[in-house]
Amino acid sequence: MSTLKKINNFVELRQLREQLKKNYQESLSNEIKIIVGMGTCGIAAGANDVMKAIIDELQRRNINATVMQTGCIGMCAQEPIVEIIRPGEKRVTYGRISPADAKRLIEEHVLQGRIVEDLVVATFEEGHPDETNFYKQQRLVLRNCGHIDPEKIEDYIARDGYMALARVLEQMTPEEVIEEIKASGLRGRGGAGFLTGLKWSFAAKAPGDKKYVICNADEGDPGAFMDRSIMEGDPHSVLEGMLIGAYAIGADEGYIYVRAEYPLAIKRLRTALAQAEEMGLIGKNILGTDFSFTLHIKEGAGAFVCGEETALIASIEGKRGMPRPRPPFPATSGLWGKPTNINNVETWANVPIIIRNGAEWYASIGTETSKGTKVFALTGKVKNTGLVEVPMGITLREIIFDIGGGILKDKKFKAVQIGGPSGGCLPEEKLDLPVDYESLTRAGAIMGSGGLVVMDQNTCMVDVAKFFLNFTRAESCGKCTPCREGIQRMREILQNICKGKGTLEDLDRLETLANTIKDTALCGLGQTAPNPVLTTLRYFREEYEAHIRDKRCPAGICQDLLTYFIQPELCRGCTACVRVCPVGAISGEVRKPHVIDPEKCIKCGSCKETCRFSAIAVK
Amino acid sequence: MRFVSLTIDGRQVEVAEGTTVLEAARKLGIEIPTLCYDNDLSIAGACRLCIVEVEGNNKNLPASCALPVAEGMVVHTNSPKVREARKIILELLLANHPLDCLTCEANGRCKLQQYCYEYGVKESRFSGERRHFAIDDNHPFIERDLEKCILCGKCVRVCQEVQGVGAIDYSGRGFDTKVATFMDRSLADSPCVSCGQCIYMCPVGALTAKPSKGKGRDFEVTKVVTTCGYCGVGCQLALNVKDDKIVGVTNVPDSHNQGYLCVKGRFGYEFVDDPERLTTPLIKENGKFREASWEEALDLVAQKFNEIRAKYGPDALAGVSSARVTNEENYLFQKFFRAVIGTNNVDHCARL
Ligand SMILES: Cc1cc2nc3c(=O)[nH]c(=O)nc-3n(C[C@H](O)[C@H](O)[C@H](O)COP(=O)(O)O)c2cc1C
Ligand code: SF4
Ligand code: SF4
Ligand code: SF4
Repeated sequence: MSTLKKINNFVELRQLREQLKKNYQESLSNEIKIIVGMGTCGIAAGANDVMKAIIDELQRRNINATVMQTGCIGMCAQEPIVEIIRPGEKRVTYGRISPADAKRLIEEHVLQGRIVEDLVVATFEEGHPDETNFYKQQRLVLRNCGHIDPEKIEDYIARDGYMALARVLEQMTPEEVIEEIKASGLRGRGGAGFLTGLKWSFAAKAPGDKKYVICNADEGDPGAFMDRSIMEGDPHSVLEGMLIGAYAIGADEGYIYVRAEYPLAIKRLRTALAQAEEMGLIGKNILGTDFSFTLHIKEGAGAFVCGEETALIASIEGKRGMPRPRPPFPATSGLWGKPTNINNVETWANVPIIIRNGAEWYASIGTETSKGTKVFALTGKVKNTGLVEVPMGITLREIIFDIGGGILKDKKFKAVQIGGPSGGCLPEEKLDLPVDYESLTRAGAIMGSGGLVVMDQNTCMVDVAKFFLNFTRAESCGKCTPCREGIQRMREILQNICKGKGTLEDLDRLETLANTIKDTALCGLGQTAPNPVLTTLRYFREEYEAHIRDKRCPAGICQDLLTYFIQPELCRGCTACVRVCPVGAISGEVRKPHVIDPEKCIKCGSCKETCRFSAIAVK
Repeated sequence: MRFVSLTIDGRQVEVAEGTTVLEAARKLGIEIPTLCYDNDLSIAGACRLCIVEVEGNNKNLPASCALPVAEGMVVHTNSPKVREARKIILELLLANHPLDCLTCEANGRCKLQQYCYEYGVKESRFSGERRHFAIDDNHPFIERDLEKCILCGKCVRVCQEVQGVGAIDYSGRGFDTKVATFMDRSLADSPCVSCGQCIYMCPVGALTAKPSKGKGRDFEVTKVVTTCGYCGVGCQLALNVKDDKIVGVTNVPDSHNQGYLCVKGRFGYEFVDDPERLTTPLIKENGKFREASWEEALDLVAQKFNEIRAKYGPDALAGVSSARVTNEENYLFQKFFRAVIGTNNVDHCARL
C-alpha cells in the first residue's frame, strides 16, 4: 500500500483535493482508462477472470492503460461490466463481458478506438448529469459507486470526500449540524423511517460524557443489497457520515456492525478505516481540532434479528442477540448503557451530501414527508435487476416498468413485494402509488430496507405468503410468544390451504392471529411478520378462496392441488414416463397414448420433466 | 421526584415518574396477568400477556410491564380487545404444551393453568406441530421437562441476575428456541450450583425439585416458615409439610433473604426423618456408645476440660468454631476460650 501523508489541517485537506482533482483531469486527457465492476455482483458474475484477462492482454500487447476496479455500478444484471474511456472521448459501458470479450474490447476499442456496438450497455459524456443518473435514476448516495476505486481514499477525496467533515469541524457547532440534518428531512433508511436529525438530538441531549455512534450494516433482508454495495463501492462515505454524526451528538467512539457474510464489504471497510486513520481523518485531534474519534468494525454472525437495534447492541456487548423492550431507547441507554445513536448504512451515507449541498437542496428532492432518494434492490421477475436510486415519490410503475424494463419475458405483472420478508405484497392497482413512507404503510407494506421483489402471473400468492413466513419463523429470536408461536401457526394454516385442506374459517383464524401478532409482538420482526399474510389476504383473497373452495391453485404452483394428465394427441407412447414414475401411476401400451391414474399419482412432476413431446400437462 | 397522574380502567392514580403501567395498576389493586414478570428480575417483555390498550395508540397493544406511565395517559387493562389478544396468546402457549395437568407437579400453582381458567381457554384454535425434547433428569435435585417450558426466561434471568451463575440461557431460534446449558449438556454438567432459584421462579411445571416429586402438590402441603439451620445467615424458608413429613422447601419472599436459598437450605432436609439421625447425646464407654442426657454429657465435657487444664495448662486446649452458628454464638465461643479456659488457641472454620 502506498504511504499516505497525515493531513494536519483544513488547508492541507483542500490542497490535497485540488491536487487530486487536477491529477484526475490530466489523466483523463492523456490516459486510457479501463474500469471493471468489482462489487460482489461483478465478482459473482466472473469479474475476477475478466480483470485478469484485461491485465494479461494489456501486458502481452504492451499497451499503456490504467486499469481500475470499482464497486457496484447498479446494473447487476449486466455484470461483469467493463467501462472504457479514451482521452477526450465518451465513457462507454459494456455489459456481460467474458474474458474473450475483454480481449475484443482491447483490440477494437482500446487500440483502434472503435466502439464494440454489440456489447454496449450505455455511453456517457464524462461529467454529464447522465453519468450518474442513467436509467432515470437520481444517484446521490451511489454517486461514487462505479466511479471511484473504493480502496483508494484519494479517489474519494478527489470527488470532494471529507469536505463535509471539514465544513462541519471548521464552521458548524454540533447544534447547527443537528439543525441542518433536521431541516433536510432525512429519515432513517433502515426500515422505520425515523427522522434522523430528531434522533441525533435525543442522543445529543442525553446526559453522559461517553457516547457512541453505531452503523447498522447487518442488512439481513434477503434480496436487499444496497448497504453492501455502498460499503463495497464507497466505504468512505459511511465513515464520513459517522464522523459528522459523532461530532454532532458528542460521541468519540463508534462501531460498524456488519454481517460476516459480507467479506468484501468488511475488507473494504477495513481498508478505508486504515487509510482514514493513516491520514488522521479518524483518530485523535482530527484535522487539528479537538474532535477525536475511534471506530471499530464488528462482524455479526448472521441473524436477521441482530439488525434490530437493541439486539444489535446486545450482540456487540457479547450477549445473545435478542431484542429488549424500549424505552429506554438507545439514545439514552444504548451500548454498555451509554447514550448511543444508531443509523443504517444508507442513512449515514446521505449525511455528507446533505452537509455539502445544504438541507434546502436535499429537502427539495422527494415528497412532503419523505425527502431525498431511496436505493432499491430490484429483483424477481423483472428485466433489469439491480440497484436503483430514485427520488422519493416516484411510482412503483416507474421503477418496475421504466427503470426495471418491465416483466421478464413480457409476462403479466401480478404483485410486488416491497420491504423485505416483513413487507407487503401490492397488486397491479397499487402500481401508481408514490413510493414514500406513509403511502406504503397505508397500503399495508413498508419501505423496509428497500427490497423490491417483482412477481409475475405464475406466482401463487398463498405460496408467497408461506415463503416469507418460512423466513420469519426461522429468524424469530424466540423470545416473545406471539412471534415465536404465532408465525408457526400462521404457516401451518397456509400449508394446509396449499394442500387443499383449508376451510373458509381458516381465513378468519388466520386474519385474527395475524392481527394479534402485529399488535402484541415485542419487536419489529414480529410486528411486521404478518404483513405478507395480511396484504395477500387483502389484495388476493379470491386466490385463497380458490385453494379452499375449488381445491385449485390458479397460478399452478401448489403441487398438491395439481392434476397431471397425458394429452393423448401428443403422446407417442414412448414409455419414458412409465419408467420414471416412482409409484407406477402411468400405464399404456407401447406406441399408444398412455394415461396417469390420478389416485396413484403423487404429483412429483418427474413424468412431465421426462416427456420429450410435452404431452404431459397439469391443471 | 416528579409525579405523573394517569387513568387506569376509569380510576385516577398518581405515581412517580418512571413507574410502569403494570406497577401503577397493581397500586390500584388491578391485577394484570403476567408470566415473565418478577419484581426481582430485569424486565423481559417476553410473554406479552400483560398487554393493555392505551387511548390514542392505534398502532399496537403495548406490554404494561415495559411501558412507563405518562401524564394524562388513559389505559384499559381489561377491554374486549385486550382480553381477546390475551386469549390468543394463551392459546398459542397451550398449542405447544403437553396437557398433563393431571400428573403435573405444578398443578394448582401453575400460572398457565390459572390464566387459561380465568380466560376460559379450554382448547387452542391453533393446534399443530409441537416441540419434543427428552427430559433431563441427570441433575441430583432438578428435573427439566422442556416440553412444558413456556420460555418466559425467568429461570435464565434469576440464574444470571440473582444467583450470578449463568448456567442456562436461550439457545436455538424461532419455534425451535429452548432454554439450554452450554453446548446443550445436562444441567448436571453445567456450572449450576443447585440453588433451585429457577425451580421456584418457573411459572409452570417445567422445572421440578426431584426430592419433592410425587410427594404432594402445592395445595396439599402446609407451609411452616422457619430459619435455616445450616449457617449464620439465618435464611427464612418454608418447609412444605404433608402428613407430618417434610416434602419440600419453598421460598419466603418477604424475608431478609428475599426467599433465595442455597443448595443446603433448599434440598438438605432429608436428614430430618432419617432413621440414623442422632436424637440424644452419646457417651463412649469401653469402646461402645450409650445414650445419655444433655446434663450428663455436658458435665462430662466440663470435667475433662478441667482435668486437662489442671494437668497440662490452658494452652493444651484449642477451639475451632463453625460457620453454621451465628455471630453472637461465635463471640461467646471465643470469649469462653479466652476468659474461661484462658488460652488464645481459638479459630474458625471460615479461616481454614
Ligand atoms: C427484525 C429487524 C431487523 C432489522 N434489520 C435491520 C438491518 O439489517 N439494517 C438496518 O439498518 N436496520 C435494521 N432494522 C432497523 C433497526 O432496528 C433500526 O431502526 C435502524 O438501524 C435505525 O437506523 P435508521 O434510523 O438510520 O433507519 C431492523 C429492525 C428489525 C425489527
Ligand atoms: S417479535 Fe420475534 S424477534 Fe422480536 S422479540 Fe419477539 S420473538 Fe424475538
Ligand atoms: S439451580 Fe441455581 S445455579 Fe442451577 S440453574 Fe437453577 S438458578 Fe442456576
Ligand atoms: S423453565 Fe420455567 S422459568 Fe425457565 S423459561 Fe421455561 S417456563 Fe420459564
